[in-house]
Amino acid sequence: MVARGESESDSTRNRTTSERRSEREVVTTRTFDAPAHLVFEAWTRPELFAQWWVPKSSGVVLLSCEQDVRVGGSYRLEFAHPETGTPIAFFGRYLDVVSNARLVWTNEESEDGAVTTVSFEESGGRTLLVMSELYPSKQALEAAIEGMDGAMSETFEQLDEFLVVRGAGAGPA
Amino acid sequence: MVQSYQTRFDVSFAALSDPVRRGVLEQLMRADASITVLAERFRMTLTGMRKHIDVLEQAELVTTEKVGRVRRCRLGPRRLEEEAAWIESYRRLWAERFDALDTVIETLKRKEKRDGRKRRK
Repeated sequence: MVARGESESDSTRNRTTSERRSEREVVTTRTFDAPAHLVFEAWTRPELFAQWWVPKSSGVVLLSCEQDVRVGGSYRLEFAHPETGTPIAFFGRYLDVVSNARLVWTNEESEDGAVTTVSFEESGGRTLLVMSELYPSKQALEAAIEGMDGAMSETFEQLDEFLVVRGAGAGPA
Repeated sequence: MVQSYQTRFDVSFAALSDPVRRGVLEQLMRADASITVLAERFRMTLTGMRKHIDVLEQAELVTTEKVGRVRRCRLGPRRLEEEAAWIESYRRLWAERFDALDTVIETLKRKEKRDGRKRRK
């Protein structure tokens, strides 16, 4: 069961690919036309990180970004979304930090959060970035795919009731 | 067209909103099973389980096939479609981030070149 996505033909950009590698893991790759220390710097200095992490199309605003990039250090990102009143926080700890080569961190906002590993491999002045998100279980990744997090389940229950009512009124017995 | 997609989406997510049906899908991810076996495992009547399977079948999350006197259940085409759609939206998010990261890195690159020239003087 391997699902894969690849970017459209956009000749000016390097391609981003994402692939489910196993029951628990999703791997994303991207090449940058720059040496690894610059890619690493843009990832680990909060004022630079804040410039690229939040996609403009999402409508989300990054309120704050703290990164203590060392083994055991923590990070915390807070976002505001126009549709939700309270800010949303993402946080965790760095499990491994190797300058210009590797970052590993936890995602602790949910019990089923993945461990993210990013490696920066430099070759001929370019850098291949490989990012792995490893979930604690197959079920945790399936849950991410289904988007069955707490905030949504109430909506699903309402939809379910609607479906049952509709199903009872129509369709084959 | 948009509406029919929306309806499909609703049906699919509604099907997933019930813990028994999620359990059934998990079970079927491991192996195909008959309605009888599923009913026993979830301690339900055959009729009760049949209703859940109907909802999952409507959402194309499960397909069933009658083999002799037994109705076999297995994962349907929607599960794979859903996963492919999720991977694609995940990839798009990261592609957008990385394109923005390119811009940040270009600035760093130019700055480094400038500073390098200064140092050599």
